[in-house]
Amino acid sequence: MASVPASGHAPGSGAGQAAIEAAALRSDRFRLEREGDWARLEEIVSRMEKGRLSRLSDADLLELPVLYRTVASSLSVARETSLDAATLAYLEALVQRAWFLVYGPRTTLWSWAARFFGGEWSRAVRAIAPEMLVALLLMVAGTVVGWLLCVQDPDWYYSFVPGELAGERVPGATREVLLKGLFGNTGDSGLSVFAAFLFSHNSGVAILCFALGFAYGVPPLMLLVQNTTMLGAILWLYSGVDLTWEITGWLAIHGTTELFAILLSGAAGLHIGRSMAFPGDRSILDAAAAAGQRAAVVMAGVILMLLIAGLLEGFGRQLIDTTGTRMAVGGGMLLFWLVYFFLFRRVPAGSEAE
Amino acid sequence: MSRLARAANSSRRVLVTPEGIAMPVTLASRGSRLGALMIDLMIITAAIIVLFVVLAFAKQGADAAMGVTDEPASSPAGQFLEIVAILAIFALRHGYFLMFELGPRGATPGKRMTGLRIAARDGKRLTTEMVLARNLLRDIELFLPIAAMTAASFASGVASWTMALWLLVFALFPLFNKDRLRAGDLIAGTWVLEAPKTSLAAVLSTGQAATTGTSRTTGVAYRFGEEELAVYGEYELQTLERVLREDRPEALAAVQEAICRKIGWNPGAGDERAFLEAYYTQLRARLESGMRLGKRKADKFSA
Repeated sequence: MASVPASGHAPGSGAGQAAIEAAALRSDRFRLEREGDWARLEEIVSRMEKGRLSRLSDADLLELPVLYRTVASSLSVARETSLDAATLAYLEALVQRAWFLVYGPRTTLWSWAARFFGGEWSRAVRAIAPEMLVALLLMVAGTVVGWLLCVQDPDWYYSFVPGELAGERVPGATREVLLKGLFGNTGDSGLSVFAAFLFSHNSGVAILCFALGFAYGVPPLMLLVQNTTMLGAILWLYSGVDLTWEITGWLAIHGTTELFAILLSGAAGLHIGRSMAFPGDRSILDAAAAAGQRAAVVMAGVILMLLIAGLLEGFGRQLIDTTGTRMAVGGGMLLFWLVYFFLFRRVPAGSEAE
Repeated sequence: MSRLARAANSSRRVLVTPEGIAMPVTLASRGSRLGALMIDLMIITAAIIVLFVVLAFAKQGADAAMGVTDEPASSPAGQFLEIVAILAIFALRHGYFLMFELGPRGATPGKRMTGLRIAARDGKRLTTEMVLARNLLRDIELFLPIAAMTAASFASGVASWTMALWLLVFALFPLFNKDRLRAGDLIAGTWVLEAPKTSLAAVLSTGQAATTGTSRTTGVAYRFGEEELAVYGEYELQTLERVLREDRPEALAAVQEAICRKIGWNPGAGDERAFLEAYYTQLRARLESGMRLGKRKADKFSA
């Protein structure tokens, strides 16, 4: 077939014009006049689909949305005026291919990170504040229950704290044994490996906690309670030998960040579960999607917090050997997170989330 | 309707783009999605194995060079390699899908090979948040059910089987909804579509028979009157278009005969293509001018 110049050619010039004049049907003339644009779009789209972005000029990239709209309007016109099934099918496919690219994920990692830290994250966290409150209450309740049950019957301790984790930390251990575990590990090697392991493990648990929220929010609640009963049991054990302040510092240095992250992941899961159970005036699918995207932002932050918590636990706790400093670091981190989430109320430009 | 046609129909959906254009799309079949997943999992597994072998050798070398020989301890360099291994596995498990789906091509290698794309269900932009959300749920859809099934088959208690079955609900989620959403798609507001590929077919109305109605071989001019064109509608026109594009002599002859019978002409032999091109063009011209006036004729049965 003769190649057709895109537009702006003088009447009677070239084979393209001849073909247009030769076409018997108005709808085919319409097609022949615009074919050049379609072919141009198809070429750009094909190259982008093959991943050869480097071979595309900036002009091509700028042209993509313009050509997409041109071809989309060709499709609308053709639907109203043409009965050429092959052309309609071609246009529909081309518009869809271009649509994938024009409305595909467009942000670079850096621009997304800038938006994420520049207000998107803290906004998403504030949006799930009611669920955070529920999660906090559950965590406090879990701790209290863990403690009280151990007070009643020390055997409970063994069901809350798994054996491999407990080690020497069992009811009846002397103050010296327990104290030894809290301080004096500055010379330990393998700290960094431990930190990496903690991060990877805790992130897995947090993602799980979030993902289970999909099942109407019940499993994350159980996970929250289960984790904090262990906390309550350990606190009970150490307070029994008058080490409450020391154990609090030992836990707080990374725990304020880690427990906050776990609280957030539970709350994020709960948020999805709640919006599916009570979608309001939206459809259940729309409600789930809106909640899911918001919760995903929170979760991206949770992974980051767990990375920080892993570093604090792996390095910070071993290198900082006094309770006062440990408390200061843990308290400082908590204060930082609270200020960042609740007082930093900037709305980033070009926000993608609703 | 045949089973195949029904299956094809059940995967058709119509999206409305932000420009307000209705765009028909095809949902990806569950089979090709499973295939894409298998390819991706194989790539991840292969990457982890290669990484392990390389790091194990490197660690051995580093430990030996530093003079650390007893098993549990490692040299600082060896420790560093251990950290790399832990973080790399985490990144592969959680970041592989994320990285590729957020990239300029918008699909993992497995999806690209099977011709799939992710899109927002509402026809608007696919955002980073959506891709994040749909991939955060992979754990309970994939890794957890597999782990639970394995555990259950060893423990074989009622509780572990109940757990495994419950988790299987997530794994089999795409089988139980008509849009084939997996749990991650549901909470992300996305779905998986087939990436279309078609090329533009030639224009049919530029041939000599089409433009003037005259046959190149016989010189006969085919002109059809109003009542001869009025017998057919859009459905028949598209059938005729298909026959012309496929261009098989026996089909052309059969269609020419059918048309001639309908309009009371005597079918000649040897000039079928010119006859059909002329009939096609004139029928289409008639139907399209009706269309411009807002009158459409769906098929030969409609008025």
